[in-house]
Amino acid sequence: MHPAPAGLGYAAVSRRFAAVALVCLLVADLHVTTLHPLADLARLLGGLVRPDFLAVEIRSVVYTVAFAVLGVGLGVGAGFLLAVPFARSRPVRLACAGLRAVHELFWALLLMQVFGLSATTGILAIALPYAGICAKVYAEIVEEADLSALRVLPPGTGAVSAFLYARLPETAARMRDYTLYRLECGLRSSLVLGFIGLPTMGFYLESAFRQGRYAEAGALLAVFYALIGTRRLWVRGVTLPVLLVGAVLALPPAIGSADVGASLTRFLGHDIVPAPLRTGDPTSPETWARLWAWFAPILTGQILPGILQTLILAQIALVATGLGALLLFPLTARRFAGRLGRPLGRVLLVVVRSTPEYMLAYVGLQLLGPSMLPAILALALHNAGIVAYLMGRHADAIPYRPDAPRGLDLYAYETVPRLYGQFLAYLLYRWELILRESAIFGILGVATLGFYVDAAISELRLDVAVILIAATAALTVAVDALSRRLRRRLRIDDLPTRLSGPQRIPCAEPGGG
Amino acid sequence: MAEPAIALENASAAYGDRTILSGIDLTVRAGERVALMGRSGAGKSTLIGLIQARAPERVALVPQAAALVRPLSVFHNVYMGRLDRRSTLHNLCTLVRPARADVVAVEAVLARVGLSEKLWARAGELSGGQQQRVSVARALYNGRPVLVGDEPVSALDRAQGGTILAELAAGHETVIVALHDVALALAHTDRIVVLEAGRIALDAPARSLDPGRLAPYYAAA
Repeated sequence: MHPAPAGLGYAAVSRRFAAVALVCLLVADLHVTTLHPLADLARLLGGLVRPDFLAVEIRSVVYTVAFAVLGVGLGVGAGFLLAVPFARSRPVRLACAGLRAVHELFWALLLMQVFGLSATTGILAIALPYAGICAKVYAEIVEEADLSALRVLPPGTGAVSAFLYARLPETAARMRDYTLYRLECGLRSSLVLGFIGLPTMGFYLESAFRQGRYAEAGALLAVFYALIGTRRLWVRGVTLPVLLVGAVLALPPAIGSADVGASLTRFLGHDIVPAPLRTGDPTSPETWARLWAWFAPILTGQILPGILQTLILAQIALVATGLGALLLFPLTARRFAGRLGRPLGRVLLVVVRSTPEYMLAYVGLQLLGPSMLPAILALALHNAGIVAYLMGRHADAIPYRPDAPRGLDLYAYETVPRLYGQFLAYLLYRWELILRESAIFGILGVATLGFYVDAAISELRLDVAVILIAATAALTVAVDALSRRLRRRLRIDDLPTRLSGPQRIPCAEPGGG
Repeated sequence: MAEPAIALENASAAYGDRTILSGIDLTVRAGERVALMGRSGAGKSTLIGLIQARAPERVALVPQAAALVRPLSVFHNVYMGRLDRRSTLHNLCTLVRPARADVVAVEAVLARVGLSEKLWARAGELSGGQQQRVSVARALYNGRPVLVGDEPVSALDRAQGGTILAELAAGHETVIVALHDVALALAHTDRIVVLEAGRIALDAPARSLDPGRLAPYYAAA
């Protein structure tokens, strides 16, 4: 009765993703190993709603902001410069892809080997990946802008003048908005860096959660939400110089990094060079045989199982994110939540989106024990909050006909079908981000790639760690390419996917698709 | 005399402080076929909106833009005309697996607008004229007694437009349509209401009019 539509349809893609996720569920480890997860959760929530603000370590808040401001500042500056040659230069594009394919926690783990637990580590761990992301996004913003004014400039106008007069004004508002959004991300990244030892709020959150001081954790989280919620008040043109100078002055003193030059040389020239190559003669075939003998067990024992587990976790989390977003977005849409419900729904989703998923996963692992379940929940909750918030805004922009149905009929026949292309565009875009985060959750004990990276670093086998991180980056780039291909085949590749900015929220209905 | 299907008394409408319609007195009796005419910007669409809002439970609407859900099939778009008269559960099941009886009924309606072979095509893949006919089929399937249409045949040629208007007249007790084609209006309705600058400038039986009589309302202002 239903002839298959030509090409790839929304329904077919959704079914395939869901089917693969179901298969993944069968093989995933979803056991709850703790004895009283619900009682622990009740204690946790009880502490969170009775925050103990006196226990908050003020310096950790200052460091969190300082790392974020300087890291994002450096990353944004470098990204802005890299955006200029981005469209023309393939090497720049590849370098940026490499920078952003490595998660900031992996960068931090590597940088720590050279710079110790220092401010440099914290700032560079944020700045390096953010430079890669910002270069790409700024280049896209310039590309998408209406540049008709550029074509009517008098011939002979200098490149700088042309940029300042005809390009920047068109794009400045969106760049500023994206940069502010990046700072929000930077605050989350900065907090999470504390979980691996840097002196930001995450450090105190980790010990508070681990030792059950939930009132202190609640206070830290409340301070963090306040920081994020008020960012438009304290990040402004006039406060930027104050923030930057203040951040430099407030940085913590370095801990135990005596001679950076020497340790950098040792790190690059010795530590990350695969062990067989350090001593062997690179011209002799025997060295290469030893290299293969060194690499083969890493490939079969760590990279391949790590990739498999990472893909499984990301697949389940992606489909769970989609289901969660479809359930949650009516909370923020006028036709479903009403005038009173919608602001409440928005606050809920903004809180969910502001909570770093790494911290959610950490708390989940404390409550449920080490399995994929808490990681799935953390990823799905965080990402569903983001996608649902955006879908709510699109839903409010739909021009419904005057005699449109209501309630579940409206949802099933008008809203979801009209938004489905946009929904898939958001999900496929977030696939790569979910994958990156899935790999990172290995540090918490799930057997994804990060698990092996963390183990290699704690055994001081940095050569192995670098190989594993490179494998993670390659996997991320591959999934990104696959997502891009799928979006193009579904003809949803020109729909908005970023969540910053006063971007046009069109009624997302691509033709055909 | 038949019951009034729609009655507006001294109705007005404004967007912000800009008046679109004022002092509109319009009574349409059951069984009448009325054409709303006038230049673009005269207030036809606003009046259509007022009429629909007056009695939404008796109106089957053909909105100006076809307002189809493009990713859904033609069947589902037409079926939507009766969503409010089925249980939500039935509607949800129909999304996944339509019942045979519904398919037959929708197919019959589509045949009346010449689109039965497009039953399972995606609405977004149709041409503009086909989409408009799906929108008409949705109103026919809706079946409420008062058909209110805002330029329901604007994307069709005159012959096709005439057929569609005849189907609308056959399928609904009362018909109120905004039209810009004078010949179609004179041939397929029995009462012409002309709007000018937000007021009713002419309200007369179609047989008492000819194209020359209507021409002034379309000449450049």
